[in-house]
Amino acid sequence: MAEKRVYEVVFIIDPDTPEEDSARLVENLQNIVTERGGAITRSESMGRRTLAYRVGRKTEGNYWLFEIEGSGSEIAELERRMRVADAVMRYLTVRVDEERQRAEKLKERRARKASKRQSAGGRGGATAGGAAFAPAPVEEEEAGA
Amino acid sequence: MSRNMRDDRERGGDEGRPGGGGGPHRGGGGRRFRRRKVCRFCLDKVDLIDFKDVKLLQGYVPERSKIMPRRISGSCAPHQRMLAEAIKRARNIALLPYAAD
Repeated sequence: MAEKRVYEVVFIIDPDTPEEDSARLVENLQNIVTERGGAITRSESMGRRTLAYRVGRKTEGNYWLFEIEGSGSEIAELERRMRVADAVMRYLTVRVDEERQRAEKLKERRARKASKRQSAGGRGGATAGGAAFAPAPVEEEEAGA
Repeated sequence: MSRNMRDDRERGGDEGRPGGGGGPHRGGGGRRFRRRKVCRFCLDKVDLIDFKDVKLLQGYVPERSKIMPRRISGSCAPHQRMLAEAIKRARNIALLPYAAD
């Protein structure tokens, strides 16, 4: 396990399965993940929703969301199980750690830009090319102009 | 034939002036003002578009449930990419329709 990956798994349980059956199923799925070294950081029901289109004659479904941290092998097993389980109408796994990292980066960049704009006194949009760590020459430039 | 028609239309647009070849298109008479579109996601400082956010996504799939093009919504390229990806994911798990029925 070289790196930790984060996944979001959304799956839809047939709303016609009895309450206790679906509860057991969810528990089983969670166990599969933890047995294989994955960690479930979030597990919540998104509730019963109307489907945007019919899936196997059903118009509604119980949505569930897992957030899983792990190597990826537990995802393979989890997906295999969900494919086999009749009560799971559909599932979708999305790897989110890379996206979140990118979002974090964007956020940082914005924060940096905002603080720079403040220190530069509102202008300097035209000269904002590089030099994130050299405020002195920028000030000189402004004084000259 | 078609060339003539086009010429007529241009002449109707700006009278008296010879058509400047290759110049930018200019509507004669009233100049068309179009409100400059700004990316809503940039304004709201969105870094990540979640495919589970159905309410948000629905605003970008008009009647035929097609993904709204950038020229209409005004989204910037990075955000349009995120949006398109999110819509496709949402379709996969029946949060959004593939096609309007």
